[in-house]
Order: sequence, then C-alpha cells, then structure tokens
Amino acid sequence: MNPPISGPYTHANTSVQRTMGLVLLALTPATLFGLYQFGWPAIFLFLTTVLAALLAEAFSLKIMGKPVKPFLMDGSALLTGWLLAMTLPPWAPWWVGVIGGLLAIIIGKQVFGGIGQNLFNPAMVARVALLISFPLEMTTFNAPVPLFSVHAPSFMDSLSIIFGHSTQIDSFSGATTLGHLKTELSRGVLIPEASAHTDSLWNLTIGINAGSLGETSALLILFGGLFLLYKRIISWHIPVSMLGTLALLASVFYLIDPNHYVSPLVHLMSGAAILGAFFIATDLVTSPVSIRGQLIFGAGCGALVYIIRTWAGYPEGVAFAVMLMNACTPLIDHYFKPRIYGRDRKGQPLNYSEEKDA
Amino acid sequence: MFKLFKIRGGVHPEDRKHFSADQAIETLPLSPLLHIPLQQHIGAPADPLVRRGDNVKKGQMLARSQGLISAPVHAPTSGRIMGVGGFPANHASGLSVRTITLKPDGKDEWGELPSVPDDPFSLPAEEIAQRVSAAGIVGMGGATFPSAVKLSLRKRYVLHTLVINGAECEPYLTCDDRLMREYSAEVLDGVRLMAKTLGVQNIIFGIENNKPEAQAAMRQAIEDMPAVEHSASAEVVGLPTRYPMGSEKHLVQTLTGKETPARGLTADIGIVVHNAATALAVYYALRHGEPLISRVVTVSGGAIKKPSNLRVLLGTPLEALIQHCGGFTVEPTKLISGGPMMGQPLPSTRVPVVKGNNGVLALTAEEVQDQPSSPCIRCASCVQACPCGLVPLEMAAQIRAGGLDASVKLGLMDCVSCGSCSYVCPSHIPLVQYFNYAKGELATRQRAQHKQNETKRLAELRTERMEAIKRAKREQMKKRKAEMEAKKRKEAEQQEKAAVGAEA
Repeated sequence: MNPPISGPYTHANTSVQRTMGLVLLALTPATLFGLYQFGWPAIFLFLTTVLAALLAEAFSLKIMGKPVKPFLMDGSALLTGWLLAMTLPPWAPWWVGVIGGLLAIIIGKQVFGGIGQNLFNPAMVARVALLISFPLEMTTFNAPVPLFSVHAPSFMDSLSIIFGHSTQIDSFSGATTLGHLKTELSRGVLIPEASAHTDSLWNLTIGINAGSLGETSALLILFGGLFLLYKRIISWHIPVSMLGTLALLASVFYLIDPNHYVSPLVHLMSGAAILGAFFIATDLVTSPVSIRGQLIFGAGCGALVYIIRTWAGYPEGVAFAVMLMNACTPLIDHYFKPRIYGRDRKGQPLNYSEEKDA
Repeated sequence: MFKLFKIRGGVHPEDRKHFSADQAIETLPLSPLLHIPLQQHIGAPADPLVRRGDNVKKGQMLARSQGLISAPVHAPTSGRIMGVGGFPANHASGLSVRTITLKPDGKDEWGELPSVPDDPFSLPAEEIAQRVSAAGIVGMGGATFPSAVKLSLRKRYVLHTLVINGAECEPYLTCDDRLMREYSAEVLDGVRLMAKTLGVQNIIFGIENNKPEAQAAMRQAIEDMPAVEHSASAEVVGLPTRYPMGSEKHLVQTLTGKETPARGLTADIGIVVHNAATALAVYYALRHGEPLISRVVTVSGGAIKKPSNLRVLLGTPLEALIQHCGGFTVEPTKLISGGPMMGQPLPSTRVPVVKGNNGVLALTAEEVQDQPSSPCIRCASCVQACPCGLVPLEMAAQIRAGGLDASVKLGLMDCVSCGSCSYVCPSHIPLVQYFNYAKGELATRQRAQHKQNETKRLAELRTERMEAIKRAKREQMKKRKAEMEAKKRKEAEQQEKAAVGAEA
C-alpha cells in the first residue's frame, strides 16, 4: 500500500489540461476569424508555427529525459505556439513561424526548466526576438482578403507566399492603424488628417483591418476573455487594470492635444491591447499571484504599452510591456502578499486592546 | 436579519450529504469486543484504573484524566476487561496505542452514576465544568480538546457570546445535522448550560444553509423552550455554504466580522465556540449523569451500500459499522475517518470509533479524483482559495527546497490545514502534505533542539558541580597543608624551645 498522503480526498474538477484547453477554446473564435480573414497563407503559417512549437517541446522533453507524452498533452506548448501565431503578420514566411516556435519553447520555456518555471511569457519572448531579428518580415502587414473572396490568393499561390518567394504579397500590403499613425506623425501629419486613411473604429472592433493574424477582431477576443473570466481561469484584475490604465493615459493626453495623441478608443481597439490584456498579461505562470500584485502588474503593463506606443520607436508595445512587467513579477510577489488571517499587514498578530486604547 | 461578514477564500466542494442526510439516527447493536483507547483527546493520555479480569459496569470510569489537559474514559457498556495493551489507533499511522479491551456481558448494566440536581442551572459554574470534565467530554467536531477547559475560559477572558458550531462544512457528514434535527431540545438545553457556565449573554447557532431542517428544528426548540431568567438569549443564524465555514476562527469572523488574532483564541474577542454534538454530551452529563460513552457517526461514501447515521458506543470496531451499513458495493479507493477534506486515511477497519470520530467514509476512485501531481503553473488558485491569506504555492516550493524556516516566515504556522488549496490545485499538488510534513519536521526539530539545550544545560551544571567539588577539595587540601605546616612549625618551634630549654 502507498504511504498515506494527507487529504483532501476529493478534488475540484481542475487540471492543467483543462485550464489550457479552456484558454484554447476561448482563443478559437478570434483565431478562426483571423484565419478566414487572411486566407490560406495565414492557415499555413498558423499550422507551421504550432507544429514547430510542439516539435520543439517534444524534442526538449526528450533530451531532458522527461516523460514526453504527459507534458505534451497538457496543452501548454500548443497554447504557446497558438498565441505566438496569433501575433505574427498573417502572411509572414514559414521560417518566421518555425524560428518563432523554436525560440518560444526552447529559449522561452524549456531552458528555464519547463512548464511553470519560465520568467517570461514564451510567446512574447519569441515575438520580441523575431521583431528585433527580422524587422522587415515582422512589420509587413497586409489588408484582409477573406477566404473564397475575389482577390484571395489561391491555395497554390498561398503555398508560394508562405513557403516560396512570392512578390504577390506586395500587392496586398497594408499598414496597421497604429503603424500608419506613427509614420504620419513622424512626417509631421497631424492625427485627425492621418486618421482619414485608417480603418474605421468599427472595422477595428470587428476585425476588418490590417494587423497580426489573430489580433484584429477586438470583439471576438473580448468574448474569449469574458469566457475565461466566467470560467474563473483568469480574474478580472489584470485585464481591467491594464486596459483601464491604458485608457486613462490615452484619454488624458488625447484631451490635452488630440492633434498629436491617438484617441483612447483606437488605443484599446487596435493592435494587441485586448489580446494582451486577456490572454498574454494574464499568463498564469508569469503574472503575480496576489490580487494587489495583479492590479499593479496590469497597471504597469497598461502604462508601458502607452509609453512604448506613444514615445518609443515601435508602433506597438504589448510584447515589450508584458515582458518588462514579467521581469518585475518576482519582485511584486515578494512585496505584495495577501494579508494573513489574524495578522496586520506587517505580519504582527492583531491586537484589539490597543485599538480600544487608541 | 443577522448581518454576516465575508470570509476570505474558501471553496465549494460538492456536499454529497444526500447520501445520508435523510437517514434517521440508528443505534448500532452491541459488538462482541470494544477497544477503548486511553487517548481519545488532545493532551495527556488517561491513566488506567482497571486491570485484566475486572468486571465493570456501564459508565464506570476506566481511566482517569491525567493533568490539566486530559480526559477520562468510561466503560461504554458492562462487561469484563480483557486487557490493557497496544491496539492500532484510529489514525493514519495505524500505530499501536494503549487501549483497554472490554468484552461486553450483554447486560448493559449501568453502574452508579453521579447524582444529578433537579435544576443543573442552580449549580455553580465551576461545578458544571467539573462535571463536564469528569464525564470525559471533549470537542466532538473532531478537535477533541477537553471541553471543560474551554468552559472555564471566563477566568481569564471577558466573554460575551457562545457560538454553537453546526456548520458541518465537510462534505458527506450529516451526524450534526441529524443530531440537531432529532435532539434539538436536548442540544439547546446543553447549550444553555454551557452558556451559563461561561457566563455569556448571547448564544448563536451557526448552521450552514444546506441544512434548512436543522435550522428549523433549532429555531422551533428555541421557541418552545423560552429562555428562563438565568439563561442567555439564543438565535439561529444561517451561514453561507462554503468550506471551511466550520473552522472556528472563520465561523466567528463570519458572524462578527472580527478576526481572531494570530496564535490567539476566539476568546480573545470574547467568543467561545462549541460543537453541537458536544452540547448534547453536556446535556447527558448534567441531566442524567451519563459520561461520554457513545457518539453519532456518519457512515457514507459511494462505496457504502446503505449510508447511515449511527449512534455507536465508543470503542466499536469500524468494521461493525460498515457491516451494519451493508458493507461495500465496490472496493473503496480510500477509507477515511472524518470528512474528505480534513479526515485521515484509515489503515484498517479494525480500529475503534473514538470521541472525535464524526464520520467513516468509503470513497470510490471517482469521488477521490486522485491524479498524479504535475509541476506548479503558478495559477494562484491556491492563493485565492486560502481562507488564511497565505501563498500556498510559495510555501510548498520553500518546503520542497528544504527551506522550512522560510516557509514559517511565509506563515506556515497560520495554516489551518483545511485543504482548500490542494482541493483546487489544477496540478494536483498535495500541498497539505507538504505543510503537514513541515509542521511535523519543525516540531521534531524543536524537540531535538530542546533536548540538546537541556543536555547542554545539564552538562554545564555537571561541569560546574565537578569544578566546585574539585575547588572544594583543593581548598581542603590547601587548608590541610596549611594546618600541617602550622603543626610542623609548631612542633619545630616546640622542639626548638625544648632544645633551647635542654641547653639551658
């Protein structure tokens, strides 16, 4: 007989697999929409990236002598590859996806010791590394051409876009809203004028705009996020404090000078803000564990996103912001712990007699 | 409406009380042998008064309490003592503990019981506490702390409220529920006696909202038995169904909004908590003079054929209970004494029912949901579930790495081992196992340290003593030497004198 293990001898219906599965489920609508919007090339890139991540995971587990199947089946590598693919330009060449998948799993996760051990969000590690290494490929976006639409590239053309050397991509290229505004601002064009040529706010919300593979539909991502909140996989603290801080900063500057600062609604609805707030910053492994810690973490992410988007060289900053805050997580966890029952914040036992005297 | 306060954390395990909630309490037939351990309570084990071959009557004291925190044990029925020796304990370890074995003679003859006054309320508080102590009553919710000690708290604390813990937040268990439904008047009487002993003015029955019948029964009892002049006012309060509502510190917080200071007692904020079953035992002790010799046990779980609530004599082997309930339908994956959240796995069904044993559960694999553990994904479910505001994942990581002192700094000693963290963990990490291991290891270390300090102190004392002896010897030698020399000198002087005299 096994040595007795302390209780409980009942368990909630939870498992790592279930957690990861629910996150994947929550991502599915936005992903399907993205794949539809950007057609066969996006589907090829998505599959390539996810496959690379899974193979990297299996390979790493194998050489570390860990059981491959249970860890591969927990769904974490699939989620990492999936999330990474969602943040890539939809028609990026195949090797971007492969290198990204390998970087995410090997450098981002397994080098730290595997699941639960990584300091940084693996998908963001890969995305940032790709952005710095291949700036051209990582910033070449294209306007949506939905599957089966008139201009959509055929299956064979799509293969050559992703796996070959196709110049066809140029005819579809289009800038993201944030990228366009940033370029125009640097040329001295003011925001109201520059906005005339960008996608409408409505298009940004439902996702008919140029952008990363799975980031375009703010609405569907939001649905997924709300589903995770409902299922209690994530709590509201990080998304609300992140989006709240971003909206607050954007509003303040927009009110001061709408000619030079992008409106808060555009900030919220474009780029990776919503995806970042619900799916990336909330990554369980790399975010703080206490409520107060999560609020601080989210606020930090929101502030950094705004700062990077507005004053730094890149038009988008969610990946950088989340990674910078990931680095602060151990510190936040150390200083912001929940208050222990029967003790004050300093850890001293409560003393009611003193209270009465005072 | 009674204002309730929210506690932090907690979980909502499926309560599975439907198995046995509708089964009225049944009395279990007498077993051929009873094994009565000398330690069924927290504190010093009782000191046996009987020997092999003695004939005892029902209710006769078999072993007396030893020290301040201890409790006597009594004969559950009349019969012959077969021996006093080791027998497997009702404990996960299954270690052998000193146990009195009694062979019932079937007559079930009461011995002489202490006389009871017509109105026990006229007794002085000390006398009531003394009778509770002599009846061997301990906390029957599972903590088994001698109740008389808790009833004497007015000597050191300013008390205002007695809370009766009828939360029964553990899944499956229904013994307190049944008891409050079927013996509400007796429970209330016992509670009023306890309130009188404590000198408090308020009584609150805290009963979870998944037991509406028990709430109604207690309300009815209060209505039927209006407070007489020397008893406190009583009220039934429905508690939200949330584990661990029955943890006394959390129960008190729900009712008052006040937290018990760390390392302190609820008495620090003027409240004493007793279990409903304990109140019934107090009733029997003061109204009938009967000591604690039986208790109600819930026998339940998916593997039990006919889940029941049984009134069982202490010392009855658990297998008798299981047999009475029709045995197992399938081979149980886990046999547990107590509830599934905080109960202990049982090494065998031979072990006896003891005072704190509120449940015997035979659970199927499906109910236990045991899975191999995987690495922590820092999901913070445990942090959110912890009712004590701890960070279980960090404490466990420290303990894993051998950092026991670091885990204490993180609040290990404030952990009540409720198991909420393990219950929700998606990685199925046995967090409570880590914490219990660390607490045990720290206690061992503390004992070792104490022993070392004592040894050192004694050794130092010995050296000192030896030195003192040596010093004394040396001084004596010196003294003697000086004396000798003085003598010699004297002699020499005398000789000289004599010589001089002779010359002269």
